[in-house]
Amino acid sequence: MSDPGPVRLEGREKVTGTARYAAEHTPPGTAYAWPVPAAVPRGRVVAVDAGAALAEPGAVAVLTHENAPRLKRVDDDTLLVLQNDQVPHRGWYVALAVADTPEAARAMAAAVRVSYAPEEHDVVLTPGHPRLYVPEKANAGVPGSRERGDFDGAYASAPVRVDATYTTHALHNHPMEPHATTARWEDGRLVAYDSCQGANAVQETLAGLFGVDKGRITVVAEHVGGGFGCKGTPRPQVVLAAMAARHTGRPVRLALPRAQLAAVVGHRAPLVQRLRLGAGEDGVISALAHEVTTHTSTVREFVEQAAVPSRAMYVSPNSRTTHRVVALDVPSPSWMRAPGEAPGMYALECAMDELACAAGVDPVELRVRNDTAAEPDSGKPYSSRHLVECLREGARRFGWEARDPRPRSRAEGRLLVGTGVASSYYPVFHMPSSAEAHVTETGRYRVRINATDIGTGARTVVALIAAEALGVALDRVAVEIGSSDLPAAWLAGGSGGTGSWGWAVHKACRALNAMVDARGGTVPPGGLTATADTADDIPSDPPHAMASFGAQFAEVTVDTDTGEVRVRRLLGVFAAGRILNARTARSQFIGGMTMGVGMALLEGSTMDPRFGDFAERDLASYHVPTHADVRGIEAHWIDETDPLLNPMGSKGIGEIGIVGTAAAIANAVHHATGVRVRDLPVLPEKVLG
Amino acid sequence: MEPPQTSSAVTLRVNGVRHRLRDLDHRTTVLDALREHLGLTGAKKGCDHAQCGACTVLVDGRRANSCLLLAVAYDGAEVTTVEGLADGDALHPLQEAFLVRDGFQCGYCTPGQLCSAVGMIAEAGGGAPSVVTPPGTAAAGAPVPLSPEEIRERMSGNLCRCGAYGNIVAAVEDVTR
Amino acid sequence: MRAFAYTRAGGVDEAIAALAASPGGMFLGGGTNLVDLMKLGVASPGLLVDIGRLPLTEVRETPDGGLRIGANVRNSDLAAHPAVRARYPALSQAVLAGASGQIRNTATTGGNLLQRTRCLYFQDVAKPCNKREPGSGCPAREGVHRDLAVLGHSAACVATHPSDMAVALAALDAVVHLRGPGGERTVPLCDFHRLPGDEPQRDTVIEPAELVVAVGLPAPPAGRSAYRKARDRASYAFALASVAAALDLRAGVVEEVRLAFGGLAHKPWRARVAEEALRGAPATEESYRRAAEAELAAAEPLRDNAFKVPLARNLAARVLGDLAAEAGKAEGATAP
Repeated sequence: MSDPGPVRLEGREKVTGTARYAAEHTPPGTAYAWPVPAAVPRGRVVAVDAGAALAEPGAVAVLTHENAPRLKRVDDDTLLVLQNDQVPHRGWYVALAVADTPEAARAMAAAVRVSYAPEEHDVVLTPGHPRLYVPEKANAGVPGSRERGDFDGAYASAPVRVDATYTTHALHNHPMEPHATTARWEDGRLVAYDSCQGANAVQETLAGLFGVDKGRITVVAEHVGGGFGCKGTPRPQVVLAAMAARHTGRPVRLALPRAQLAAVVGHRAPLVQRLRLGAGEDGVISALAHEVTTHTSTVREFVEQAAVPSRAMYVSPNSRTTHRVVALDVPSPSWMRAPGEAPGMYALECAMDELACAAGVDPVELRVRNDTAAEPDSGKPYSSRHLVECLREGARRFGWEARDPRPRSRAEGRLLVGTGVASSYYPVFHMPSSAEAHVTETGRYRVRINATDIGTGARTVVALIAAEALGVALDRVAVEIGSSDLPAAWLAGGSGGTGSWGWAVHKACRALNAMVDARGGTVPPGGLTATADTADDIPSDPPHAMASFGAQFAEVTVDTDTGEVRVRRLLGVFAAGRILNARTARSQFIGGMTMGVGMALLEGSTMDPRFGDFAERDLASYHVPTHADVRGIEAHWIDETDPLLNPMGSKGIGEIGIVGTAAAIANAVHHATGVRVRDLPVLPEKVLG
Repeated sequence: MEPPQTSSAVTLRVNGVRHRLRDLDHRTTVLDALREHLGLTGAKKGCDHAQCGACTVLVDGRRANSCLLLAVAYDGAEVTTVEGLADGDALHPLQEAFLVRDGFQCGYCTPGQLCSAVGMIAEAGGGAPSVVTPPGTAAAGAPVPLSPEEIRERMSGNLCRCGAYGNIVAAVEDVTR
Repeated sequence: MRAFAYTRAGGVDEAIAALAASPGGMFLGGGTNLVDLMKLGVASPGLLVDIGRLPLTEVRETPDGGLRIGANVRNSDLAAHPAVRARYPALSQAVLAGASGQIRNTATTGGNLLQRTRCLYFQDVAKPCNKREPGSGCPAREGVHRDLAVLGHSAACVATHPSDMAVALAALDAVVHLRGPGGERTVPLCDFHRLPGDEPQRDTVIEPAELVVAVGLPAPPAGRSAYRKARDRASYAFALASVAAALDLRAGVVEEVRLAFGGLAHKPWRARVAEEALRGAPATEESYRRAAEAELAAAEPLRDNAFKVPLARNLAARVLGDLAAEAGKAEGATAP
């Protein structure tokens, strides 16, 4: 039996309801805020009449662009709320009501009368939009466009070709805890309990916006109810709460209403992806083009880097990977679990399935034939890459061999049954972090680092890494995380938390042991403290490409009467470095895969062309998976030893689970029905004959 | 004319303790009464519209979305929240099972999942069918066996965005098997 | 949500009198829809008359072999009631197909009938909606309407009624017992909900200060009944389309049939054209499909919801086919 891994250190608090989230700190005198979203798709605020709102019993204040504290510009204009009369998109905040009670704040917000000078708006993404351009960089700093070899020539002469366009709609993170902040100013110091993925980023941004030294700002994120990217950097709630607290002189609580999130916390942008694969008769790729068209807002350029996986996955001597983007009058897109990779791999891995059909090669075998030891785009060898092993192990566990490749070859009564496969991929990121390790005279250890546990098990894995580096039992290590007053560290994002934090923690712990050793193994009264910073340890341009890989297998049923698609089995096998806590790692994998089920079958909102908002904004109309949607989900991994990564030998695991799921399911739907759905989600009408 | 009275005294018995809220706004939900007036923040506000289940508590023994219950209408009710499930330091078996099975990640839906599971187990034990209970299989009143399919359907009013569903079902099975 | 006064009625007549005296007021039952709408600003009553504790909680056998279901019977209690499960399985299944366990524990029979459309424009007070604000327009017709009506809609409104329970009640020939300032009256369920016409603000024929006190079911139809719902999500989602049906066969021929559709119209859609076509027809899939098609010939799909027509047809054929198969099995089982 392998080690099941420890249970979460904060687990008891979470199951007894004592874990406190951002909206659950209530300093004396706390006032409650409720935002007023713009009700036009674009234009200008002409007037705000707060009279009726201020007449509500319990009213404290109404903040508008005319009276709100002034902010300094930082690198994210979505945070410049209530600074001018411009309405760049529907749902942009135009006022904030503050009251003694949450009930009064809500009533006040409804009573604020805003008049607008509407302007013409343009919110619909089309592949031929005249204002499309190629950005210099897409998200994560990747080049907007890359060419290698001669794609056009190689594609034209390829004996087997696939040319397919895949579309996806806007997706919304919807963590269960809506964005919330409780903020208070005291003697020029700001304390904010904020639901975020990294308190340092929030602290630094608030310092810039309010022109306050960051040493005078504390941001606490002890427990965070999920993020999936949409709490990666500060969002408007923390700015508004801090503004309102400064304006009213009282602590202010702001929890964003669920239905407002889609407009102000980011979304995964809709994408049109054209894939062209040229291959030999054996299915080996000679030409690959992945061309992405997407939108951003007029407030902030964010380009979902969906073509990126095609730069990394398979042999492709001749390649073109491009992004085109148009700035529309829409809410600003942002990170959502595996930005780029999740939708990009949906397109690439469906195209691979189409190539397998066209070449008459088994889809698992096709991927094996196109495996590469080096990252095609950079030419760098992978530090470790066990995609083929994942495919083989997954095929074995899933029973892939018995599969009849012909579409519509399996029926059970009125159900068609199909199976599909796709690869998973997510790159490894490390970011500089600092940590502190302390030992008491009695041999108790305390590790301090501003890691953030958004549900990943960060607290627990930090303790595990520390215990291992120190060479002591886990129960001798106490961990403090989740506050900007702790040693600064990278945020919980890009699947880079554990690697980045662990590196710093490992370094601090080893330094502490060296200090103890230098004293002949004794600890003086008052204990010893070691600090570490990895800024100089993390190579800016490592000689190896580093990434996690995996393979996912799906079995679906399609009801021939209703078109309802349900996932019956979903199996993932991953190669993601050394798994540090099996218990929580499994949860990360299946959690990502579950979100992938949503992406495949349920999720996707509609940009309302007339009103300029996402029509499905609440959890009744935007369907995330329920218990009943998730059956037979399994995750396994291959032990991978890779000394080139970091001191722990770990890779990130928070995002790879969602990468490939949608393709595996869509490919299974094709196998079940013969219908190739190239537009997610796979709703009943798309397969109903 | 007197302005209409828009607040009232409300008494709730929460986890066995009687609380009298002397002047509660009629608009206040049971959820907000718990969270903002009684300091019991275990029940969560995920959507405020009964679309996510994070606010699930037991009211007079039955699970309900506390975000849609006006407290004034539940004057005198017996409410059990996640804070009331454990017996002192001894966790409820479901709480233990959630820990061992890792039936949560961020923890925000967890109090609702736990209260919902407690209520759901009692409902099935009392013979209440679900939409996946084959018609005619269990005599009315006889307990409905909680297969994984039954658990999934009956727990579907509790969303978990972290995707801990499989582990939650395993935890419930640990307790009901 | 605006501040409101609250009174808990001690009796039915007291409740009615309280509301009759307060035109801006509303009855509060389980509140699972009303409180939701109040938070959205769609409903803004100045007074809530709480009827939640009125003793309308009985499911009682009636002399004609039917049931009288009190308006305050909770959805979960209705679905679990032995008589409902045994004799009206379509009703039990329909109730259980709706919402979640928590909501069903709170929502009442009367409230379920009176729940309002989940049309996204209706629920957003920053947008026009003829149902919410007569004369303001219907953006759904050209906007986001995949979930909305294909039958019986009007230029003014394309909303659907969201209830599952009401669809089964329509098929079962239920009646709604109302009591108001002018006394009691009984309305067939199929006439209780309205088509939108040019008055989409009126979902039902209920009059001001009238209270649903009970739902009456006649003796169950001969044969078996069932409810089936198609939805995007495997649970906790409104119907794309649904079917409630009862079927009685004699020697492979349809003797009696009841059919109602949900998710297709502003009201539960009793499919009388299909029923007529089926009576006396051979009990075959072909008959079922043709009958459903005859009913659905009146459909006028919108840009994005045409799929509901074949979906409803298939679902009807499926439910009827399954009922017939069960009947066949039962006959086989009881044969000597």
